Amino acid sequence: MTGAGFRALVEGAATGELLCLTEPLSLWGGLDPETGLIVDRSHPQLGRSVTGAIIAMPHGRGSSSSSSVLAEALRLGTGPAGFVLDSPDSIIVVGSLVANRLYGAICPIVCGTLPEGSTGAWMIDHNHVVPLQGPVPGA
Amino acid sequence: MFLTESDRAMLQGEAGDAARVAMELLVAVAESEDAAELLDISASHIDGGLYHGQAGLDFALWLVEGGGQVLVPTTLNVSSLDLLHPQLYRGDQETAAAARRLMDAYVDMGCTPSWTCAPYQLAQRPGLGDQIAWGESNAIVFANSVLGARTARYGDFLDICCALTGRAPAVGLHTDEGRMATLKVDLRVPDRLLDDDLLYPVLGHLLGQLAGTEVAVIVGLDHRAGEDRLKALGAAAASSGAVAMFHATGVTPEADTLEAATGGHTPRRSVVVDVDDLIRTRASLHHGEGPLGAISVGTPHFSVRELAMLATMVEGLSTTVPFYVNTSRDALTQAETTGANRAIEEFGATIVTDTCTYITPIMDDVIGVVMTNSAKWAFYAPGNLGVDVVFAGLDACVASAVSGELVTGEVW
Repeated sequence: MTGAGFRALVEGAATGELLCLTEPLSLWGGLDPETGLIVDRSHPQLGRSVTGAIIAMPHGRGSSSSSSVLAEALRLGTGPAGFVLDSPDSIIVVGSLVANRLYGAICPIVCGTLPEGSTGAWMIDHNHVVPLQGPVPGA
Repeated sequence: MFLTESDRAMLQGEAGDAARVAMELLVAVAESEDAAELLDISASHIDGGLYHGQAGLDFALWLVEGGGQVLVPTTLNVSSLDLLHPQLYRGDQETAAAARRLMDAYVDMGCTPSWTCAPYQLAQRPGLGDQIAWGESNAIVFANSVLGARTARYGDFLDICCALTGRAPAVGLHTDEGRMATLKVDLRVPDRLLDDDLLYPVLGHLLGQLAGTEVAVIVGLDHRAGEDRLKALGAAAASSGAVAMFHATGVTPEADTLEAATGGHTPRRSVVVDVDDLIRTRASLHHGEGPLGAISVGTPHFSVRELAMLATMVEGLSTTVPFYVNTSRDALTQAETTGANRAIEEFGATIVTDTCTYITPIMDDVIGVVMTNSAKWAFYAPGNLGVDVVFAGLDACVASAVSGELVTGEVW
């Protein structure tokens, strides 16, 4: 079930704990690339670390500076392992692509919706998104 | 995806390394968006000149090294430094030097050093139907909504890729279909509120929360929604949501009627906004209590008109707290011809150009809350600067500045 319906926006493979953002996050103004922490005070996941996580969120938000912030976080090694987005977001896609070109960073981005209540460690591989262990939620 | 002969030539490096990489990135993004082809653009606005760390500088320097030159008229967004008033910068010199190198890199690529988040206030601005590639969320929403020019949400990096190639993915807001409103926002408030400047950023903040990425059509505004007010509305909506375009019937150029805005379709969603919704939204923009520490206005950059309005309001008065006015060097030059800048400076305010108080260390250490008339500033400053914010109208900002106490005015 989980492999279906996903589309790779930025190719690559990654594993990480799923971090489901319940509201969209503007990476600029919302993520501190020095620490990898969410700093948007109005965001429900304020204070959580994105480092090494697979971020699931509906879509990006706000500032067009978010590409730079993502690339900088990936350069510093504080960035996420990958993204699962409900809808394509070129601002996030470009940040990942540029970090790959400049620093060889891998941060795959897929488009699609995870089953409700998904948690734990997941893997992105091309256009497949699968949980690493345990029962598949909603399957 | 269909590529023209000249697109393919760029991909093969015939226009140099920078154009090759720009085209590669552009094609990768276009494919991620399922674009069938690229289209020609006539102008670009670049957000990449604001320093966020080494990555942005590495990319820009790499493009300069690769012979990058913009192919269309290209303006530059705010940077991290006020080049006209360098003494205002209070950050470390290493960051300032890197920020300056970044600014120089974009100028080296042929961009105009306009250093403003409000390029739509410049004399040369795009018009109805023009295909453009703009960065800066508030500029994007203004270009689409108020000018009727056509741009997607271009982030750092992609904006310069478009400028270096003169091309953009032919999808979304670049197409007729992508500009149709799918959300109807029915504004039902007392008529007098339409005369209040503060209605517009509050409505915008709510619009961003309601619309997310959708194109909305607002019914219930009228000619009183001038450019400065629509600027405030759009900037707020693009901060609280990912709004890149809205229509307002009878106000914006592609919404003579509701049907024109929706393309004759029934909106997928319809929401009524009343005065209680707006009062709640307005209250949500307050983040703190305490003594008044400073005031910041002009986010997005004040227009010439707003500078003149402020100059009139503050005549003969003095501020008792640090008061910052963000504007563009172009607007400042125009204000100098009327003396508006002098009136603002005599009031004791600090005019900031080329940058903005919420993105770079300019404000003195603030003890207490910062007051602003900008929903965008109120949204980002707590995270960026670690300050608490009180949101109020420009008149309340001036009254508070003079008395040294928080005067927030009537809550509708």
